[in-house]
Amino acid sequence: MELQRFPGGVHPEEHKSQSASRPIHAAFVPRKLVLPMRQHIGQPAKPVVKVGDHVLKGQTIAEADGYVSVALHAPSSGTVTEIGLASVPHPSGLPDLCITIETDGRDEWAARTPIDWRNTDPAALRGHVRDLGIAGLGGAVFPSSIKLDPAGGPPIHTLILNGGECEPWITCDDRLMRERAEDILEGARIMQHLLGAERLIAGIEDNKPEAIAAMQAAAQKLGLTIEIAAMPTIYPGGGGKQITKTLTGLDTPSGGRTTDVGVQVFNVGTSYALARAILHGEPLISRIVTITGHVLRPQNFEVLIGTPMSELLLHAGERDGTTGIIMGGPMMGFDVPDMDVPVVKATNCVLAKSKELFPPKPRELPCIRCTQCVPVCPAKLQPQQLYWFARAKDLGRAQEYHLFDCIECGCCSYVCPSHIPLVDYYRYAKSEIWAREKEKRLADTARDRHEFRLFRMEREKKEKAERLAAKAQSKKAEAPALSTPEQDAKKKLIQEALARAQAKKAAVAPKNTDNLPPDKQAEIAEIEARRAKIVEIAKQPVEPEQH
Amino acid sequence: MLTAILVMAGIAIALGAVLGFAALRYKVEGDPMVERIDAILPQTQCGQCGYPGCRPYATAIAKGEADINLCPPGGEDGVKKLAELLGVEPKPLDETHGVTKPKSVAYIQEDLCIGCTLCIQACPVDAILGAAKQMHTIIASECTGCELCVAPCPVDCISMVPLQEDLGSWKWKYPVFRLKQVG
Repeated sequence: MELQRFPGGVHPEEHKSQSASRPIHAAFVPRKLVLPMRQHIGQPAKPVVKVGDHVLKGQTIAEADGYVSVALHAPSSGTVTEIGLASVPHPSGLPDLCITIETDGRDEWAARTPIDWRNTDPAALRGHVRDLGIAGLGGAVFPSSIKLDPAGGPPIHTLILNGGECEPWITCDDRLMRERAEDILEGARIMQHLLGAERLIAGIEDNKPEAIAAMQAAAQKLGLTIEIAAMPTIYPGGGGKQITKTLTGLDTPSGGRTTDVGVQVFNVGTSYALARAILHGEPLISRIVTITGHVLRPQNFEVLIGTPMSELLLHAGERDGTTGIIMGGPMMGFDVPDMDVPVVKATNCVLAKSKELFPPKPRELPCIRCTQCVPVCPAKLQPQQLYWFARAKDLGRAQEYHLFDCIECGCCSYVCPSHIPLVDYYRYAKSEIWAREKEKRLADTARDRHEFRLFRMEREKKEKAERLAAKAQSKKAEAPALSTPEQDAKKKLIQEALARAQAKKAAVAPKNTDNLPPDKQAEIAEIEARRAKIVEIAKQPVEPEQH
Repeated sequence: MLTAILVMAGIAIALGAVLGFAALRYKVEGDPMVERIDAILPQTQCGQCGYPGCRPYATAIAKGEADINLCPPGGEDGVKKLAELLGVEPKPLDETHGVTKPKSVAYIQEDLCIGCTLCIQACPVDAILGAAKQMHTIIASECTGCELCVAPCPVDCISMVPLQEDLGSWKWKYPVFRLKQVG
């Protein structure tokens, strides 16, 4: 198989040997598990348990809310003690809705039902994938059920198993491939079945020869047709678009996804989780996490989702001088707000920091337009231009320069001689654009609603006027029918009396207006004129009262 | 000579017909400038500018009757965008029409509500649900935060609650220099 070279990329120090040499250590059950509802992209899961409920290992505690969502399960048996805001691993440091479970130590499983995937309707099978909580474990945590739906796009011809693991320090996929290659491939088989892909390729960077050998052996044992490629080790070779380019030579169009060129990419960890879920009925309640950096025994652990990172750190031998934790690698990871935040589905690595390993970044200096960031950009962007636009808050221009093709890999920041946190600028610009789009949508809704209200009020007014007119009409129509000779006589009497009264009134002239001096006369005339005017106004029909 | 005149006249008639047809066929309803100004306005429909809604204000700006700095919910940013669209100098917000506040939604204290429907009549976007002598409530997702419902309430049970930032609405902040502390 001929490999292609994706543009850009860097060679950061690997730091993988520290944790890669030890086998995966089995999960331990912490006393308390904290499970955020928002562990995947899309709508947060919806809690289906109450405080005080006893839950079994693998029991659904929150269900998928909508199409872009997945369910969440209890990682161990115990009692739900709290449903509320708690600290979560997120760059913002903001708390989020979490379910807290006090474990009982029995680790008692709920009923597990394996699914006969070959004889299950694809839509139903995807429903199982969603309800078993499977989301992409490579870092993006996108609901796998959606990625496994080939409808609505060009047909998928190639499924890529991503064993790139290009970020420094992280070895969880490496160890997983070495130790559990068969399950990974079983999962790939289900994925291939759902996607209808003819070709199956596993891309593994050539700094993991043991993993490549283990995958090859497992494929042979299972009799699975799979191409296993040893890719050159270049960061970010494990990016979806980059691995697609390397293995198939296909370029993902700007603003598109790899599925636009008929390629779907899944992380090996996701494939493993899918196999456990479908073949063994085990929902996604644990994952392999690399604990490395400033610890005594860097190692991979199979960790229950919801385990506090601080406990993991103790498990791997916490050392003095730990200054913080990075979730993920040094290139794309972020500092967690506090050490007690739980491990979530996206946590591939818990990297303990120290002053020696991660010295504080030198001061940011002005951009000198050296353009060293341009050749390393794997998305073929012009990072320095994007930086200027983002800095000037000229978001429109940034978008014109394909800001949204940026995969935030950090190569540009890595090589920047001025130590500018370039990716931070791009992230700022992206989230500002999203926020403005959302605002625009809300404004459009408000406009529509206001216009409809005006229309409704106009309509109601018209309807009321019509109703009143119809009523008046019917009254008029009824009136002559009601008149009888008796009533006519009565009316005549009244009219006669009125005429008499008016004649009498006209005959009687006020005495106090006779023989007055001319100035008084003039004053009286003026007052009379005013009175006449008022009478005139009073005679005009009154406008109906408005509501 | 005559042929030339006839040819020219023929061309003129033909082109005139094309233009006339195009004028009817591609007629633009309303003033496109009003649409573009209205698209910039935040659609809060609060009337703080002195006009009964965003569209009347947009119409007034388009006619040159109103200044561009009368919209507090749009803020300085909105003034800047309007200035850009109209090709005029941006100016500071006219504070006699109110100040820019963080985005809020109305909240009805439901145990105090007497069901008078006055707020429902005041709401410009029909974001309040209720009926006479029944408790009312705000549809928070539709509320523009215009505050028009606050004043009519006879029992003062409506308050404005600023929207709290959560993980769904959080944005990456503009990177800033951390200055080293000296001394």
